[in-house]
Amino acid sequence: MTDDAALNLFQQQEANRRRTTLLVVGFVVFFAWLGFGGDFIYHLSTLHAPRTAYHHTFPWFGVGLTLLGVLLAWYAYTTGPEKVLWSTGAREVIDPTDPTERQLVNVVEEMAIAAGVPRPRIWIVDDPDPNAFATGTDPLHSHLAVTHGLLDLCNREELQAVVGHELGHVKNLDVRLMTTLAALVGAVALMHDGAARMLSGGGNLAEEGGSRAGGRKLGPLVVILLALWIISWLLAPLIAQLLALGVSRKREYLADAMSAQFTRNPLALASALQKIEGADTPATHIKRGAAHLCIADPLGRRLTAHEGLFADALATHPPMAKRITILRGMGYAQLKKEGGSVA
Amino acid sequence: MSSLALLVVLAVLVAWVIAAYNGLISLKNQTLNAFKQIDVQLKRRHDLIPNLVNAVKGAMDFEKSTLEAVIQARNQAVRVNAAGPEGIKQISQAENALSGALQRLMVVVEQYPQLKATGNIGQLQEELTSTENKVAFARQLYNDTATQYNTKQQQFPTSLVAGLAKAQPAALWEIEDTADRAVPQVDLSMKPKT
Repeated sequence: MTDDAALNLFQQQEANRRRTTLLVVGFVVFFAWLGFGGDFIYHLSTLHAPRTAYHHTFPWFGVGLTLLGVLLAWYAYTTGPEKVLWSTGAREVIDPTDPTERQLVNVVEEMAIAAGVPRPRIWIVDDPDPNAFATGTDPLHSHLAVTHGLLDLCNREELQAVVGHELGHVKNLDVRLMTTLAALVGAVALMHDGAARMLSGGGNLAEEGGSRAGGRKLGPLVVILLALWIISWLLAPLIAQLLALGVSRKREYLADAMSAQFTRNPLALASALQKIEGADTPATHIKRGAAHLCIADPLGRRLTAHEGLFADALATHPPMAKRITILRGMGYAQLKKEGGSVA
Repeated sequence: MSSLALLVVLAVLVAWVIAAYNGLISLKNQTLNAFKQIDVQLKRRHDLIPNLVNAVKGAMDFEKSTLEAVIQARNQAVRVNAAGPEGIKQISQAENALSGALQRLMVVVEQYPQLKATGNIGQLQEELTSTENKVAFARQLYNDTATQYNTKQQQFPTSLVAGLAKAQPAALWEIEDTADRAVPQVDLSMKPKT
């Protein structure tokens, strides 16, 4: 990971896209294992059952879990963006009169041109904590919100870099990706809780399985697979959540690199992040649900302040210091290419 | 069995050709669109300049020549209406001259703190900065998209379908670099006069 600092912004984007793909593939495989894996094991165990007994051929379980995920994702899609904006109490900037708002609108328009996306609707959150977030499930219907604290804290170039980061999220369809992943995590958690209640309540399933195993011998392969599958389900909510958080952090790095591409000024984002990091007032208006959309974790920065395995795995955002180092590295690569020197 | 395998290979091949072809066409249109975006931003700048100049005319009576230079450069740029590679060169020359004139206006404004103190000028500066940024970012987007398009059509194996998609390397805006570099030189020669 430390060699990241030597990459230019396009290599950064490439690397982060690759890592996201890997993580998302891992997530999907895990999800499929939880659903269709169970069907497969059940299918194997009923394969040699007597002709009259039940044969598990249609993957009901996997289809059910997938449907649940799709349903949750659809619900999150249709209600998500508006709910997030509403919960922060943001007000829309439509006809800016005061110079700061005028500048914000200009900066957003500039970055939208640089990103090649339609201008998002602009909102201001009256919160002294410097932060910004983007929402909306596609670039045509996207929203960009910044806090008053950010407008007060940042100069024009830094504001531009932060807006660039958010438009990077918009262009990469990160809201859609993260909403889908969150819905799948939710489906897994729901199933997990439901199954746990069922097992502790009657134990019917286990009994039934036991009697069947007693009547007929299960192959060792089936037993091992079943054990693995049950362990997977015990750990499923945790693993799914950790995978989703991993994706979230990769998307932050990617959005940083996108901002660097749009502004061609990675050092501006580095200095903006440093300022945001320095202003340690926890946000009061931005709630947990919107945390993964923000430029910096709004819920205190205890986790993102340190590096380390534990903090790395549980935070929605990568450590600030690492982001700043990588951005400086991009700035350095740019200067080197232009034949300048690092001031 | 072997004919089935052949069929599968063929199907995969056809799917790949379609995907590569569509990818190239999509990039081609994105490049064209990005180029049009530059035009849009240049037009926007042309429309904006008369308003801006009118807004500060009163406050900047003593800097008439700078304002006139801006207007002249703007009218020059509006008149250029050419197509083809030669046209691009003419357009970019005129637009660079306009950028130079606007830059001088900004420098002049910077030199008068009492001008900066009034809100009008602050707004003017903001609008000028934003306009220049928009033109620059539109060009940047064009160059990034065109580079992506060029890389894609030259890279193996996509290069195999480049002919099918009638993909031609798109010229980058950087080609006008020589004209671009001439502008700061003009700036330097103007310095002693002001």
